[in-house]
Amino acid sequence: MSRFLIRRIFGALIVMFAVATLVFIMLRLVPGDPIAAMLFDAGDPDAVDEIRAKLGLDQPMYVQYVKWLWYALHGDFGRSIYGSRVEVSRLVVEALPRTLSLATLSFIVAIVIAVPAGLIAATRRNSAADFAVTFVAFIGLSMPDFWLAILLIIVFAANLHWLPAIGYVPLAEGFWPWFSHLILPALAVGTAFSAIVARMIRSSMLEVLNTEYMRVARSKGLSERSLVLTHALPNALIPVVTVIGIAFALLMSGTVVVENVFAIKGLGRLLIQGILNRDYPVVQGAILVVSAIFVFSNLLVDLLYSIIDPRIRLQS
Amino acid sequence: MSKYAAVLGADDASAPVNHKASFLSTVKKDKKALFGLITLSIFVFFALFAPWIAPYDPTAMDFDMMLPPSSTFLLGTDDLGRDLLSRIIHGTQISLLVGVSTVAIALVFGVAMGIAAGYFGGWIDMIIMRYIDLQWAFPNFIIAVYLVAVFGAGLLNVIVAISLAFLDDFARIARSMVLTIKEEQYVSAARVSGASDFRIMWRHILPNAIAPIIVQATVSVSYAILGEASLSFLGLGVESDTPTWGLILADGRSFISRAWWLGIFPGLAIMLTVLSINFLGDGLRDHFDVREVKDV
Repeated sequence: MSRFLIRRIFGALIVMFAVATLVFIMLRLVPGDPIAAMLFDAGDPDAVDEIRAKLGLDQPMYVQYVKWLWYALHGDFGRSIYGSRVEVSRLVVEALPRTLSLATLSFIVAIVIAVPAGLIAATRRNSAADFAVTFVAFIGLSMPDFWLAILLIIVFAANLHWLPAIGYVPLAEGFWPWFSHLILPALAVGTAFSAIVARMIRSSMLEVLNTEYMRVARSKGLSERSLVLTHALPNALIPVVTVIGIAFALLMSGTVVVENVFAIKGLGRLLIQGILNRDYPVVQGAILVVSAIFVFSNLLVDLLYSIIDPRIRLQS
Repeated sequence: MSKYAAVLGADDASAPVNHKASFLSTVKKDKKALFGLITLSIFVFFALFAPWIAPYDPTAMDFDMMLPPSSTFLLGTDDLGRDLLSRIIHGTQISLLVGVSTVAIALVFGVAMGIAAGYFGGWIDMIIMRYIDLQWAFPNFIIAVYLVAVFGAGLLNVIVAISLAFLDDFARIARSMVLTIKEEQYVSAARVSGASDFRIMWRHILPNAIAPIIVQATVSVSYAILGEASLSFLGLGVESDTPTWGLILADGRSFISRAWWLGIFPGLAIMLTVLSINFLGDGLRDHFDVREVKDV
């Protein structure tokens, strides 16, 4: 186990190192001079040189590279080039709880929708309910999350006035204010994932319901309810656990877009605003933190599998 | 099977698939694939003949601002008095162009990488797999956003970004297919009869690896269209004077409390296109009996 653990952690660190290196190289390939873009008025060469020296851009590439890695390792991504030049690390620390709140709630929403839907579809196979679930799942997969977000705003905020249309309130200010601001974004992010999970639960339940041990359980005279809930569902959920890795991917891509619809100042909004403003320190910081979330959640999921299914760790 | 089973398509435990039957005959039996094919054909028709079909110039501004749908403006007008229907019809062009071109590029390069990795093995395999593993750690959309952050916005950049983001999916599938196919007797037979590596890969391995690649390509087109729409919506896509579905939605977003049509119809166009491709993809998946396709 420990050898597997060390290998996986080492692999994750290598990926992060590669990402940091690529971010460094890529942002030095950006066409045009970022300093000139930062200054708006590119006319004054002395001012350009001064900022270049201040940012260390006049030093040789390898010095810049080592410095970049060293500072990034200490969580120092520099300062935003706009306004009061806030430290990027502060922006990230402020954004992180918003994104994590949204992602967590989206995950819960998705599971709450998907498990009953998948169960009903599988146990009443080829019924109207099964047809409805399958069809709605297709719709859910085909809907752009930002459009679903707009639809939810039109219905629940603009017309019914039940929920706020934009913004974020920290959990510290009470559960309802936090929840009411996040539930629409969470629905928008979670729907596509719930469609995938519902389809997986349906097909994996159908497989389990056809097994010998289910026939034995049924012939013992167990009620249909206990058959499904205590015998079939736990077994059907095993393949579903494997999509939890996809969950992180989908939920994080979803939050990047949906945060921008609901004006939630999370990591996604930080990243997109940084790109739109050509605020390179912010872009670098956001990319590194978003990437770190992926790499370490992948790592976590791998470890989870290896606990559930020992074959995985024995193989490597 | 009940009436619904026919609509849902071939089911998980249904009769074995006949590989020799043509896809069209499968489509006739599979109602959702048929729906997909027809809807998609309509959108392709829109894209090809947009200037002749659209009732108005999609960029012409007018004083008829924010008019609700009516017989003059079937889907209403936007805040600058532009006809929404004409803009959506023209938007089909960008969506389908990006969807098809990105997947074509990703398919050609990704499959070439995957076949080379699987066929030659050794250090070639190692280098390609290291790259694929690196990319595999991130969702395609995030990679596209990262790349646009570097390249900047614009149609060509978006196409390059999305193509690169899909590379690993095709490479991975092609490689895993090659690993099983290259052990087949007909490959050894070809090698013994003196066929070159290139000929073996092109004539013997590729045709036998094509089914899962086609299914992946179909799924990828729908994700590419969603990706382009998302990038455009965020302001990272095509230049702002080109009507694209994502951009029309982004422009209309500020007015949705007064003009619901600006928030509904462009999204409906995206959803219908993606839905029809997904239906078609699912039909293909059943037709070829392919299981492993990445769903992100």
